[in-house]
Amino acid sequence: MTESLVLEARNLRLSFGGVKAADDASLAVKKGEKVAIIGPNGAGKTTFVNLCTGYLVPQSGAVMFEGRDITGVAPRRIARGGIGRSFQLPQLFLDNTVIENMLLALAAREGIWQAWTPLERHPKRDEMFDLLGVIGLAEVAQRPVRELPEGMRKLIDIAMALALKPRLIFMDEPTSGVSSKEKFAIMDTLIKALKYNETTAIFVEHDMDVVSRYADKVAVWSGGRISLEGTPEQVLNDPDVRKNVIGV
Amino acid sequence: MRPEVIMGAGAALALCVATIIAPWATVMLTIALAVGLTVLGIVILLRAGQISFGHGLYYAAGAYTVAFLVNARLSLDTLVLIPLGGFVAMVIAIAFGFFAVRYRDIFFAMINLAISMVAFSLLEKLYHLTGGGDGMNVARPTLGGVRLGRVAFETWMFYTTLAVAAVSAFLVARYLASPLGKALEAIKSNETRLEYLGVSGNSALHIAYAVSAALAGMSGAIIAIVTGHVAPEFAYWVRSGEFVFISILGGSGNVVGAFAGSIVFEVIRNYAAAFAASYWQTILGLSLIAIIMFAPDGLTQLRLRRKVRP
Ligand SMILES: Nc1ncnc2c1ncn2[C@@H]1O[C@H](COP(=O)(O)OP(=O)(O)OP(=O)(O)O)[C@@H](O)[C@H]1O
Ligand SMILES: [Mg+2]
Repeated sequence: MTESLVLEARNLRLSFGGVKAADDASLAVKKGEKVAIIGPNGAGKTTFVNLCTGYLVPQSGAVMFEGRDITGVAPRRIARGGIGRSFQLPQLFLDNTVIENMLLALAAREGIWQAWTPLERHPKRDEMFDLLGVIGLAEVAQRPVRELPEGMRKLIDIAMALALKPRLIFMDEPTSGVSSKEKFAIMDTLIKALKYNETTAIFVEHDMDVVSRYADKVAVWSGGRISLEGTPEQVLNDPDVRKNVIGV
Repeated sequence: MRPEVIMGAGAALALCVATIIAPWATVMLTIALAVGLTVLGIVILLRAGQISFGHGLYYAAGAYTVAFLVNARLSLDTLVLIPLGGFVAMVIAIAFGFFAVRYRDIFFAMINLAISMVAFSLLEKLYHLTGGGDGMNVARPTLGGVRLGRVAFETWMFYTTLAVAAVSAFLVARYLASPLGKALEAIKSNETRLEYLGVSGNSALHIAYAVSAALAGMSGAIIAIVTGHVAPEFAYWVRSGEFVFISILGGSGNVVGAFAGSIVFEVIRNYAAAFAASYWQTILGLSLIAIIMFAPDGLTQLRLRRKVRP
């Protein structure tokens, strides 16, 4: 195999009834790369993320992570194996505070099978306060997640994935729900956090400014497969992409 | 945990005083505390948003374990019989758990109901082993190595049960606040996220299931010893429903609620039965409606969970 591929999706296929949500989708991602996935609504971007993280099992094809076949492996095993993810709709423990959400992620990483020391007194809890500080959420640490706006929830969702210290992270539209003013600031901190841990990232994104600024590589999805792949410059100047995805 | 500790200690003290002022209430309070142990087990499952309509099975498992051991004339002491009852129930729960914890919500509740009804009919049908519908008598065992007269035995069983209840409540409170307990709560609040944190919701529920069965088993063991009798009704669905009823009555917000609920229940049952024999269930029903209307903290835990597509 070529130099250290972190993720290799090979010819993934999955249809829901008649809808081909993944139709021979393939993607190879190298260590440290930031790959943006773009494409119109319903193109199969989230389905691809779901296939790579075990939420869905492909009808054919394979997913390789660091050279190991993880096709059909349960999400929790994939998560333990070093792949984190955030969701298009944030998946959080709404009744708990932000820090409680983070502490559960911390405990999940450090060993959840412990029934004596209270979670809130976790010996490494400061690490989670630090992480919240990095993404600018230190002030809401004690607030119940339910009370926070969507944009903040998206960040918490990503922070929970980062708390696991994954080697590869999938982010499904990290900046949706965030005002366009804040997008760059948030992406700057996220990219910094990723660099720090040498995390490879694959993110679904609708904002082309974000894509051109942060992606090393762009994959254009349409009809369940990649129709075009290249550097942001190549892809974003492609006439087809400009017409069908960006809409200019 | 501090308010719970104060509440628990206060309640325990009040109960001790009650048995001194009103010795005739000792057995009733012992039974209430013992039943509270099963309810505590139900409360653990409620944390995960799950209810079992079959915990009578584990209650009966503890009770019949004691009955068999006592009738086998092994001369085991009460202080050995109670944990043994819990242990046997836990082993059964671990075995059935491999099957039951794969389900959630109404399916989980019904699987438990089904398993307990099989147990109920076996207890009735295997007459030569279990005494069938008549059940079995349980001769009074020693307590702490001493053979006591009836009154002394009843008094010391009260303190023994109080101690078991207090220790259990403390350990369960620790458990519920720990990472494992929080993982259990996460099953109710967002199991998808829990799985993506790398934690198996099924395993977390399996442990909770085993712990809750151990509590129910000790509970049944104490009841068998205190009342001197076991019967298939221990595993009947009405009994299981009662446990769920009490857990809602007491609320599942903290561990003291389980015992408060079962004491209220036992008192209403005793007095309503004495003063309004044919209406006591009506009275219970009305009090439950009142609880739900005015103090729904227990019931809110039963919110039906919707799966969200990520
Ligand atoms: N669980 C499912 N059951 C049935 N159909 C599904 C399911 N998941 C996805 N689909 C369908 O598969 C197609 C791809 O959906 P997917 O969510 O992957 O698109 P997407 O590219 O993420 O779109 P968006 O930009 O709106 O998030 C859509 O037509 C969708 O309706
Ligand atoms: Mg999507």
